[in-house]
Amino acid sequence: MKKLWLCMIAGLLPLQAMALTGEEVMRKSQAAFLYPGKDFKARVVMKLIGRDAQERVRELTMLRKNAGGPGGEQKYFMYFFQPADVKDMTFMINKYPARDDDRWMFIPAINMVKRIAAQDKRSSFVGSDFTYEDVSGRDIEDDGHAIEREERLGARDCYVVKSTPRAGDADFGHKLTWVDKANFLPLKEEQYDRRGAIYKLFTADEVADVKGIPTVVRRTMKNLQSGHRTEVTYSRSDYDLGIEDSLFSERFLRQPPRKWVD
Amino acid sequence: MLAAAPAAAALAVSGFLQQNTAFNASGANPDGRHYKWLEERAQLKLDATSGNWRGYLKADGAYDHLGRGGLTEVREAFVDYSGGAFDLRAGRQVITWGHGDLVFVNDLFAKDHEALFAGRPLEYLKRGVDAIKLGAYPKLASFEFVLAPSFRESRIPDARRFWLFDPMPAVTNRETVRPGQGEWGLRAYRDVAGYEAALYLYRGFQHTPSMRPDNLAAPTRITFFYPELSVLGASLSGRAGSGVLSLEAAYYDSRQDRSGTDFTVPNSQTRLLAGYQLQPWEDFNLSLQYYAERMHDYAAYRAALPPGFPLEKRWNHSVGARATQLFLHQTLRFSVYASRNASNSDYFVNPELRYSFSDRVWGALGANAFGGKPWGQFGQLARDDNVYMQLRYEF
Repeated sequence: MKKLWLCMIAGLLPLQAMALTGEEVMRKSQAAFLYPGKDFKARVVMKLIGRDAQERVRELTMLRKNAGGPGGEQKYFMYFFQPADVKDMTFMINKYPARDDDRWMFIPAINMVKRIAAQDKRSSFVGSDFTYEDVSGRDIEDDGHAIEREERLGARDCYVVKSTPRAGDADFGHKLTWVDKANFLPLKEEQYDRRGAIYKLFTADEVADVKGIPTVVRRTMKNLQSGHRTEVTYSRSDYDLGIEDSLFSERFLRQPPRKWVD
Repeated sequence: MLAAAPAAAALAVSGFLQQNTAFNASGANPDGRHYKWLEERAQLKLDATSGNWRGYLKADGAYDHLGRGGLTEVREAFVDYSGGAFDLRAGRQVITWGHGDLVFVNDLFAKDHEALFAGRPLEYLKRGVDAIKLGAYPKLASFEFVLAPSFRESRIPDARRFWLFDPMPAVTNRETVRPGQGEWGLRAYRDVAGYEAALYLYRGFQHTPSMRPDNLAAPTRITFFYPELSVLGASLSGRAGSGVLSLEAAYYDSRQDRSGTDFTVPNSQTRLLAGYQLQPWEDFNLSLQYYAERMHDYAAYRAALPPGFPLEKRWNHSVGARATQLFLHQTLRFSVYASRNASNSDYFVNPELRYSFSDRVWGALGANAFGGKPWGQFGQLARDDNVYMQLRYEF
């Protein structure tokens, strides 16, 4: 009998050791959501929808290339189709872990490349409800992560991870992320303000298989306090296209190659 | 088969309809009118791409209610070829180099100063130059070489609409002589330890005219001309602290008067610019800049300057700032640009409110205010303060 007990405990030990911590879940989630493939391309349509249902559309091609592994440096290149007053504008972000991004913008009307001061990753991306951080990720180390519970969200088994900023000056109190246990994509995220009231809600509305990689192709960020929301659709998503490093340069900011931006 | 198939050509057509009015805020124009600008304008843009080739046309048609009437204008018209490590652009094109905000150190090609002071959209500050631009991008650095076979001058404010300083108003017999030659510029740039470093060369002419009377004692005729100019410059830009620092310097070699003894030709100069840009909070940008000009042959300039002409200082310092705040999901923008010259008390202030009514329609309401010494760049425009409106429908 004793032997059997020992066997059972021994059998349980590796399982215990294999259980993921909150931080590990978030690292896997970051890798699955923001780093899959060597590079990535999508046509992005963002609908900014006000409480009065007025709709504004931002349409762009987004190209992303990883410089290293998950959590490492990335480069983003964006080309705007809409609205008309920013058509042909390009935008480039060099994203670094643990320090501020470098950002450049090309303004076609005056043919000018401008480097932009960007110390705030939590500021709005092109006026939408998404912040830069929501688009390109937040450093895992900036928050403490703990698995609150495990539960089903629709048909998917999820970890619910509570992330609390380590720095006291963060503009939010904490967030809860529902991470799909099977593919580690974040399916839902609730952001709470510092008083503990929910103010932003992210939902992954559609996940598609792109070259074998589960990809969130429709997502919504809703500001629950203002009623404003942003719906984002990725079309023509693709991975591992062989985007050259040279694309991420002033030369191509000024003259974006059609083969990449169309 | 696939490789042999010609790349599909793509054509994009876009443009806008625009109304632009600038009301005088302090009295009438020299021509008696009360507007700096009053026009309707349409723009058509054609952008065609096929393989490595691209053709681009941006053409305007406008009707001016202040005496110029109907006019058409080719803003840009060029053909691009993009190869592996080089590219070529031939035709009318806008060249923008350097880091200044409405201050130009290494950005030498033609501007439209009238557009800036008359409350037109910012893109009209730039004039296209008819040129061939060759870009080469070897590993060492990137190069842009611009060759313009014929010189294109900057547009200065029209003396019928703006009160311009004129030291010899009685002399009405005036002519303008444009250079018979062209101009060229070179920019070489690369990353140096996270900073963008650039070198610039320019050989051509001053873009705003100098005036030369036929006789100082009893002038009967004034000739406007564009003095020969060469420029050697450099710039550096990158992150510093939580913002972006830009530094720029240039040596202006006034080839037509290296000794500085001809008072009608600008003295050789050093120009310096330092700019710092930061984002203290969400959707708010602040940029600060300091700009200085130093005359090289000041003693010769002083000695040659005829009595009665305003005396410039050896050093000319100015400071400027631009603050921009976005509201309502970045559809409403309030910005203020202000600059003040510490050497001659010149100032220029331009607040502007711009709102996107929809994705296709935006409007702007702004003002231009000028002041300073009567001969200063902005001081001479002290009676030209205006309030402007721009309304544009884009398609």
